[in-house]
Amino acid sequence: MISVQFQDFDFGHEYQQLAANNSKDGAVVCFVGLVRNYNQAHSVTGLHLEHYPGMTHKALENIVAEAKARWSLGRVKVIHRVGDLGISDQIVFVGVTSRHREAAFAANQFIMDYLKNFAPFWKKELTVDGPRWVEAQTKDHAALSRWQSPKAAMNQAKKSSNNEMVT
Amino acid sequence: MIRVLFFGQLKEQLECAALDLDTQSIATPSTLGALLNYLRHAYPQWRDQLQDKSILGAINQTLVSSEHRLLDGDEVAFFPPVTGG
Repeated sequence: MISVQFQDFDFGHEYQQLAANNSKDGAVVCFVGLVRNYNQAHSVTGLHLEHYPGMTHKALENIVAEAKARWSLGRVKVIHRVGDLGISDQIVFVGVTSRHREAAFAANQFIMDYLKNFAPFWKKELTVDGPRWVEAQTKDHAALSRWQSPKAAMNQAKKSSNNEMVT
Repeated sequence: MIRVLFFGQLKEQLECAALDLDTQSIATPSTLGALLNYLRHAYPQWRDQLQDKSILGAINQTLVSSEHRLLDGDEVAFFPPVTGG
């Protein structure tokens, strides 16, 4: 269900694994993230992905469990690569099946939004000006709000202000 | 003993990936925030980097708040906001 790996993945194979012998589900939604050649005003030539090996798997499992609690899903597959990647290389795969498309679309986006905010991966870009650590984007944090009711959003805001290590 | 790990840019800035702390030196049970405070004083050269309000903390591979209790044998990690995906 979850794989953190150095090697590339085969989209066709992953799709087959989700769709084969799965006659109850009518929807398969797959997302693939790729390495862009331009990011945060820098020309990128490659990428190094670092992670926290003991925590990555657990964090992704929790995210998938949360998605399954929110929507009625069939199969879920998450692959995230680590190590050295080149331009246009595949970084991440999220595949979700469900009876109807709404749940699969929503759960796929939910998993990506949570992965972007809570899974311990860090990108270091190789650029024409030298290596640089990618900065977290406020838009990725803001994306979480679409999954919360106003009350839940308030609790989350309180929680994240408590999360600050420096008071 | 408490094992402290650093990741991402923070690891590079501190030039340290991991260190083991004798629990006697930080008076457990303590909190994650108190541990960070202890590190700022014990390693003055890290002070500026460890002041960064965006630093996240995990205990035993789970993100927690600064008030979270720390116990002997815990694995603690500090790191910048994540940028995967």
